[in-house]
Amino acid sequence: MKPYNNKAWWLVLPVFVLVAFSAIIPMMTVVNYSVQDIFDPSTRYFVGTEWYREILSDPRLHDSLVRQFIYSFCVLAIEIPLGIIVALSMPRRGLGVPVSLILLALPLLVPWNVVGTIWQIIGREDIGLYGSLLNGLGVDYNYASSPRDAWITVLIMDVWHWTSLVALLCYSGLRSIPDVYYQAARIDRASSWAVFRYIQLPKLKNVLLIAVMLRFMDSFMIYTEPFVLTGGGPGTATTFLSQTLTQMALGQFDLGRAAAFSLIYFLIILLVTWVFYTAMTHNDDKG
Amino acid sequence: MHVRKSLVMLLYLVFILVPIYWLINMSLKSNQEILGGLTLWPVAPTLDNYRVIFTEPSWYTSYLNSLTYVSMNMAISLLVALPAAYAFSRYRFLGDKHMFFWLLTNRMAPPAVFLLPFFQLYSAVGLFDTPIAVALAHCLFNVPLAVWILEGFMSGVPKEIDETAYIDGYSFPRFFVFIFIPMIRPGIGVTAFFCFMFSWVELLLARTLTSVDAKPIVAQMTRTVSASGIDWGVLAAAGVVALLPGIAVIYFVRNHVAKGFALGRV
Repeated sequence: MKPYNNKAWWLVLPVFVLVAFSAIIPMMTVVNYSVQDIFDPSTRYFVGTEWYREILSDPRLHDSLVRQFIYSFCVLAIEIPLGIIVALSMPRRGLGVPVSLILLALPLLVPWNVVGTIWQIIGREDIGLYGSLLNGLGVDYNYASSPRDAWITVLIMDVWHWTSLVALLCYSGLRSIPDVYYQAARIDRASSWAVFRYIQLPKLKNVLLIAVMLRFMDSFMIYTEPFVLTGGGPGTATTFLSQTLTQMALGQFDLGRAAAFSLIYFLIILLVTWVFYTAMTHNDDKG
Repeated sequence: MHVRKSLVMLLYLVFILVPIYWLINMSLKSNQEILGGLTLWPVAPTLDNYRVIFTEPSWYTSYLNSLTYVSMNMAISLLVALPAAYAFSRYRFLGDKHMFFWLLTNRMAPPAVFLLPFFQLYSAVGLFDTPIAVALAHCLFNVPLAVWILEGFMSGVPKEIDETAYIDGYSFPRFFVFIFIPMIRPGIGVTAFFCFMFSWVELLLARTLTSVDAKPIVAQMTRTVSASGIDWGVLAAAGVVALLPGIAVIYFVRNHVAKGFALGRV
């Protein structure tokens, strides 16, 4: 059991001050916007909860919220299992380890706007590898005109971009399992499924929590990549929450409404993350 | 069994590498060739795109600007996160769990609307268009992550080590710097990699907080659009060059990543 000591606050204080500076002041500014109608810096009216009421009944919010949840769910459903499989397939020793680590990390290091650009080119049916390959195989694929294709392209792009993060986290989690565990399992003639279920998965719990939460938060706020790739279209097929919000804030310069929107947005992420966090750390509190 | 594993790995690496190859491929072509049709490798390879990046000041200074703020961010994040992570891993204190979760919530603020307040805040304190502004702003999402990762590593170090050091007469700062930090070097390596990565690739905040003097490479890339359309070749070359520092960082921490996140609380 860890000792109780409030002096530990002194160690946390620098982090608190640093993060609070960049977090609380902008957050309060947004709260401030969200309750006012602002025409210009000197003409502003207090409108109370009007923006919130308007936003909550805005069909655009509902639509992009639904799209966002489906998208984030698909991202997690593909990337987490795939990341675990890749981590399990990593070489354990030899030259293969650094080589595959570096290759795995490559997509993570590509600036986000370049990620969008790569897929924009590679998906084109005239000059892109995948686009022309698919069309050559007789699949009618065009991400610029078909909403379904655009949506799938954004999803595959995300899988390409971020599965490595899950895999790297899981790989380092797997490496922390002592060999004794595997030896014991071999003596017991445990099946590889049993090894996974009772040895590897429990040890992965901590890193999986990080992976699930990071992937949820970041996919829920995805902006740059689909913006570059599809610009949110065709139609609204790939217009996710961030995109809707930006259109509102910058396109229409509707600050009050956008501020109310982003606070609601923030609360949704907060709520879902809190549920994940509590569910996955629940047993630790008891133990 | 091993064959199947290697096959999975191989397939996945192909999936990863094809778009990267395409980026490199594009960076070695002229724009006519890129837009002219599908070629699997550069038919008339050219280094012109790279020449643009290494000779035009707007390109190479933006590259250095990015390296500056990313290094600053890594240093600041590690410096403040190390003691905090120690506190979280060794003690309970008033509001510790809430504090920990609050830190995480800072990764969740949707950037789109927070950009304007950020701009106002950093202009008000006179830091607009300096690398330190971007470094500080990126702390918002990197510091919580750094605390989280380091806490996991630190919880893997047995508490008896602290106690022995105190009995031997070490003061806390001396113990922390000379004994504890060397023990969690792998954790510091992994954390540095993640801080580097998230700061290097971030676009929106970096672009909003800078204009000319501190313009980062990611923002410079969005300006390859000219009257004749997007300069795909230069953009691709810039993307390839942008990969290099990251490869260097992951190369240095490769053994540490492999050592693993210890069995921390979360």
